[in-house]
Amino acid sequence: MPREHYLNATYGIRSWLLTTDHKRIAILYLISVTFFFFVGGLFATLIRIHLLTPGGYLVTPETYNKLFTMHGVAMIFFFLIPSIPAVLGNFVIPIMIGAKDLAFPKINLLSWYIYLVGGAFVLYSFATGGLDTGWTFYTPLSSIYSNSAVTPAVIGIFINGFSSILTGLNFIVTVHTMRAPGMTWMRLPLFVWAHYATSIIFVLGTPVIAITLLLAGLERMFHLGFFNPAYGGDPILFQHLFWFYSHPAVYIMILPAMGVISEIIPTFARKPIFGYDFIAASSIGIAVIGFIVWAHHMFLTGQSTYSAVAFSFLTFLVAVPSAVKVFNWTSTLYKGSIAFDTPMLYGLGFIGLFTIGGLTGLFLACLGLDIHLHDTYFVVAHFHYIMVGGAIMGYLGGIHFWWPKITGRLYPEYLARIAAIVLFVGFNLTFFPQFILGYLGMPRRYHDYPPEFQVLNVMSTAGASILALGYLLPMVYLTWSMRYGKVAGKNPWPATGLEWTTNSPPLTENFSETPVVDWETYDFEHRPELGLSSTVPRKPIPAHGDD
Amino acid sequence: MAEHSAEHIVSPKIYAAVLTALLVGTVLTVEAAKVDLGRLNIVAALAIATIKMTLVILFFMHGKYSPRRTKLVIVAGFFWLAIMLGLTLADYSTRHAEPSRSQLQEPPSSLLIRS
Amino acid sequence: MHRTGELFGQFQTLEQQKETASLGMWVFLVTEILFFGGLFLTYSINRHAYPTAFGIGGNMLDLNLGFGNTVVLIASSFTMAMSVWSAQTSHKKLVPMFLIATLVLGSVFLGIKVVEYKQKFDHHLIPGHSFDITYCSKNPSACGLSGKNLDDEKKEIQEGIEAEADEAKKQGAANPEEVGAAALNAHAQLYFSLYFGMTGLHALHMIIGAGLLLWLIFEARKGRFDANYNTPVDNVGLYWHFVDIVWIFLFPLLYLINRHLA
Repeated sequence: MPREHYLNATYGIRSWLLTTDHKRIAILYLISVTFFFFVGGLFATLIRIHLLTPGGYLVTPETYNKLFTMHGVAMIFFFLIPSIPAVLGNFVIPIMIGAKDLAFPKINLLSWYIYLVGGAFVLYSFATGGLDTGWTFYTPLSSIYSNSAVTPAVIGIFINGFSSILTGLNFIVTVHTMRAPGMTWMRLPLFVWAHYATSIIFVLGTPVIAITLLLAGLERMFHLGFFNPAYGGDPILFQHLFWFYSHPAVYIMILPAMGVISEIIPTFARKPIFGYDFIAASSIGIAVIGFIVWAHHMFLTGQSTYSAVAFSFLTFLVAVPSAVKVFNWTSTLYKGSIAFDTPMLYGLGFIGLFTIGGLTGLFLACLGLDIHLHDTYFVVAHFHYIMVGGAIMGYLGGIHFWWPKITGRLYPEYLARIAAIVLFVGFNLTFFPQFILGYLGMPRRYHDYPPEFQVLNVMSTAGASILALGYLLPMVYLTWSMRYGKVAGKNPWPATGLEWTTNSPPLTENFSETPVVDWETYDFEHRPELGLSSTVPRKPIPAHGDD
Repeated sequence: MAEHSAEHIVSPKIYAAVLTALLVGTVLTVEAAKVDLGRLNIVAALAIATIKMTLVILFFMHGKYSPRRTKLVIVAGFFWLAIMLGLTLADYSTRHAEPSRSQLQEPPSSLLIRS
Repeated sequence: MHRTGELFGQFQTLEQQKETASLGMWVFLVTEILFFGGLFLTYSINRHAYPTAFGIGGNMLDLNLGFGNTVVLIASSFTMAMSVWSAQTSHKKLVPMFLIATLVLGSVFLGIKVVEYKQKFDHHLIPGHSFDITYCSKNPSACGLSGKNLDDEKKEIQEGIEAEADEAKKQGAANPEEVGAAALNAHAQLYFSLYFGMTGLHALHMIIGAGLLLWLIFEARKGRFDANYNTPVDNVGLYWHFVDIVWIFLFPLLYLINRHLA
């Protein structure tokens, strides 16, 4: 372990709570998002236990509505959206581009505090009556009729939105202005491209959910009429405003994970990634096209055929850049020298599960099919395949991949592989039956179901218990490894990014001297300092400032 | 990339000209509102406002003299606003208040009740 | 508080620091475009649905005060731009003077807004239980309405109620006149909800801007801003101009909907 690094450079609680070091802020986020993951997980556990038997004996229908709502709110806004960007992105991006920190370190810290304040409001809402509107807050239920603690919750999510916006702003500006000499756009790691695209969505989409929830909250507090038909208002307007953000939000949740996979696959296939340009472009493509498909959540609201066809077509279109990525990752594997380290297991799992999730999204994009599948468990399974099978596996893969850099220690490899497999099995057992349930007609957000659906529900709950084990194991051994893990060294994998040239853990200022980049990304041949072979001369640095 | 601080300093004369134009535009928009142009009233109002905004962005905010990247950021912001407004209004304007033809041909519901 | 012109740790050069601050402010302004944009969308949908009620509501705003406010704000944008110019050309003494002028004009704007809001309160035009679009035409002396203005307003409201009553009749209401009056009131309330929401959010941004100006004035009086270093003035200027642009749209959309009855 290096003598001095960012963890021991300064001591005391104030040095952590008032830090502007992006790496420490990442750790602060890691602790907070993990907390909210448990909160969301608790509600998921209660849901699955309740659904073991038809007849709904565990909780009342009203409470059930609160369970799935709070599960969604906690997981989406306080875990999935911040997880990879605020934890891994914060930690790794400055180092990857050769900078000492993000463009606005104090704003980075402010983002975390804003997240906490937003979280506090939402927890207050959970504790004082809960929330039963669904995470989608459709009006007029949320703005008028619900008797649950909607107001503090929308305030909390509104506040949390600014945390996202500031993170996105920070990343965009950082990538534009903080790159080291020689780090041109086309030499950026794909993880950075993914976060740049995600940040575009943060910056353009989040303000809209902010104003939407503000309006819904004001409507609830002051009995205004925007979304209330009795006053001439329109619930459909709420849905448009809501989904304008919330659809791109799902790309916020998946793009960073895709970025992680783009780092993991070449590393553990020991090969440059196939089609770098296309993967970079597809990230931007997903961000842009993702903004023009939102009304596919509204196919059953009385849209005209013209509108529906347009949105259906655009939704098919947005699948294309995602598919491009999947093909490129797979092509990277071809003739690679594959190692099945834990990050790679998560990476491979991601590719398979994300493909299933993505393809089932296309089922839903078909207008005729959507009429039958809308609001059924098919939808629930679809998005969990992407959010859990995709995003969470990407997150865990990234945590494992960069763990040596973050902590300076290795996690126990064999136990980690077992945990990854347990998680994979548990996940599929939980959610695959839900595709079938949805196809057979079981509606989502219902506390009860006909007895003939019980077998599949029991399977799903059984899977959930295995999945829970898959989550708990890493929490245990990762914590254990911080004290007892083997010392990692600079580049245990080895991987090619700039971050792997620094100490593990890195210095507070990341680099003692500004690096000069004269190699292409994922270049496994010309990097002797990484312990990789080199007989071919390096390429020259292009002039800086080609922005 | 040679940035804003290589600095093109906009002269007060230009600022004064823009100020005048903005004030004239304001008077114009008020006067135009007093004339009944039917549907064109809103078009005129928005057109004048857009021109005023453009002047503020180009000159007061130095948009004209900003690097390409800044111009891209500005355009992107408006483009996205246009997406939100455009596609939502497209949905609204294609929803029909009248029942569709197939519905009109539907027999009265009492005839659909099967015993 | 850092000394101005000092290089922050994460940057390599002052140039980079300035670029970064500027880009950061522009990206932030883009988020504000989308933030206000949601309100403009809500406005568009509702105005399209209820043009009569919106016209009536719009005519209850004081055109002179609105026009005055627009002039004041445009002038403040000019003085703000001039303070940036002063800094860029190292006219150090002028910088705080123009900033103070901007702040004064901004305060005048806010003062006029307070007057307008108070007027709305007195005229029962604040959305809520006591909202009554017919209050002024029924109590003209309380609203200072008389003569032609009073007649115009009464006529407008009567026409509005009739249009809503027609709509109610089409939908089979048993008592279209009553329903029409209630509907007009409800739709007019939507207009005023948007009026207060949009101008309120705008005013909040102005207050924040005023705070930023105060900070800048404080620094400028110490002679901190010159040709070498004027980034904060530049960036606060960008923010201020943005807030001006929002008003440039709010004014016609809220005040000038249906002024051609005169």
